Amino acid sequence: MVTQAEELYQRITGRKYVVVVSLAIAVVLTLFIDIAVGPAWLSISEILSAIWAPNSVDPATSVIVWNLRLPIALMAVVVGASLSIAGAEMQTILDNPLASPYTLGISAAAGFGAALALVLGVGIIPYGEHFIVPINAFFFAMLTCLLIYAIARKAKLSSETMVLAGIAILFLFQSAIALLQYVASEQQLQAVVFWLFGNLFRTTWLKLAISAAILIVTVPVLAKDAWKLTALRLGDEKAKSLGINVERLRLKTFIWVSILTGAAVCFVGTIGFIGLAGPHIARMLVGEDQRFFLPVSALAGAILLSAASAVSKLVIPGTILPIGIVTSFIGVPFFISLILKRRSGYW
Amino acid sequence: MKLQIERLKFAYDGGGLVLRDIHLEALPGEVTVIIGPNASGKSTLLKCVAGLLRPDGDIRLDGKKIGEFKKDKITQWVSYLPQENSFRAVLTVFEAVLLGRIQSLSWRVGKEDLAPALKVIEELGIEKLASRFLDELSGGQKQMVSIAQALVRQPRLLLLDEPLNNLDLRHELEILDLLREITVQRRITTVIALHDLNLVARYADKVVILKDGDVCASGEPEAVLTSQTIGAVYGVICKVTTDDGVLQITPLSSIRSKFGNCSEGNNRKMDATIGN
Repeated sequence: MVTQAEELYQRITGRKYVVVVSLAIAVVLTLFIDIAVGPAWLSISEILSAIWAPNSVDPATSVIVWNLRLPIALMAVVVGASLSIAGAEMQTILDNPLASPYTLGISAAAGFGAALALVLGVGIIPYGEHFIVPINAFFFAMLTCLLIYAIARKAKLSSETMVLAGIAILFLFQSAIALLQYVASEQQLQAVVFWLFGNLFRTTWLKLAISAAILIVTVPVLAKDAWKLTALRLGDEKAKSLGINVERLRLKTFIWVSILTGAAVCFVGTIGFIGLAGPHIARMLVGEDQRFFLPVSALAGAILLSAASAVSKLVIPGTILPIGIVTSFIGVPFFISLILKRRSGYW
Repeated sequence: MKLQIERLKFAYDGGGLVLRDIHLEALPGEVTVIIGPNASGKSTLLKCVAGLLRPDGDIRLDGKKIGEFKKDKITQWVSYLPQENSFRAVLTVFEAVLLGRIQSLSWRVGKEDLAPALKVIEELGIEKLASRFLDELSGGQKQMVSIAQALVRQPRLLLLDEPLNNLDLRHELEILDLLREITVQRRITTVIALHDLNLVARYADKVVILKDGDVCASGEPEAVLTSQTIGAVYGVICKVTTDDGVLQITPLSSIRSKFGNCSEGNNRKMDATIGN
């Protein structure tokens, strides 16, 4: 009986391990492609040499890799993984396939915070001039999460209320952004629109380190609750009967994914598609056992944004398109093809 | 594990009492079946015992108040199958059944969890479905998975709210046979909410009838399932016979369809018919 059970379990999980390893390899490949692509194309050997032995390549290559391409390419991976994990866990705790940082208004709130700084020069924290935009964006993202939570608490944290509250807040901040754009000067308007498009080119090593640190801290916290989050998909009543404090789990997860989302969008702007598509791709590949769903969501999001980053440099030679635009252009057809092939019961 | 319920009362927020003053006892090695019309409080009662609702009154396990046990002990001992089960999760049957043992599951799943999961899947005869996804199953097969989830924890108190939903006749009988067998062999206390009175008569050791949140009768099936009681509780005229030692309940007509809507004259005729 034990051997049979182990064989069955290995058969079910074996394929999922293959998916995890394959996607991890794909992330590395897209990362290298993203570094290689640009006005000056680099070979893989040049990239490796620049990373491992910077003195062995010419200074220009070293500068391109270390100061420009590597932090941006890594930021694409980190932000893609963060947004996708945030979307995956929001969809899980809210039991709703449309939940994502974008659809719940968190990205729009971050955009409003950024626009406030760009148009009116209002900073939540009066010092830190270089970080006024990301700090504002992070603050408003977190504020929105608290607002959604406060509204939902009135309705005993029901998932439907949280989603509806999020959608209402999305409209509110979109209107607030439109108002700021209306009163903005031409130059300010350009800066706001550029921020809202989503862009990796503001990346610095410090910003990357902050986003990566938050991702690295959040993943183990969510992974620790992997079985509980999986059980949550069986319905609140069943989860409660299994000894899970559903309200506490929902709140704890929501707080962590809010921080993750805030840290991701505050530096790169609004990138809408990853948090929705990444988890759906992961669900189709490995199902919803969170031990696999969580890492595969992260990897799928990282691949999508990394690939979008590479494509953004290729579409118009000599021009780098904002990544938020490219993400949807390459992601949506791929995503729709997956939806058409999906099994009927996914949502 | 002996279950005793005393003076149990419960009302949902802003509503009237759903459970009024429930007294009930269920013994290890016995199948206790709760019956009653829709909205009589069966599901609410099971939820109270499962710890999902906070009622007034006492619920005791082996003589000790349920609140005096640590929560993880209760989770380990008490297994509850809700009436409505969600199957939207993209999980295989084996994974879904494993979740029933969530208390002992770690990141790396051990033999001590894998073996019981497969055993209960085999006991229920759904081993061919083990690696299929939940959304590929029929309603009846999904119900079997829910029952497997409830059994895989090897509970000492098993609470099942209408476990036969969506099952065909063969599976209804097989599930109830299995539940009886497990109840007797493992000396567990099984409490089931059911609607089919003939199955109740066949499988229950004890029947508790609820009406409007009150226990209006309880005891062995032969003592409780009489045409008078059924008529008074359900508003149904029925014939109760015995075939090969087992009660057979044949519903003949609804009292309302026979006598029309409530008027004083009709009510008197109804009362006379059901023996009040």
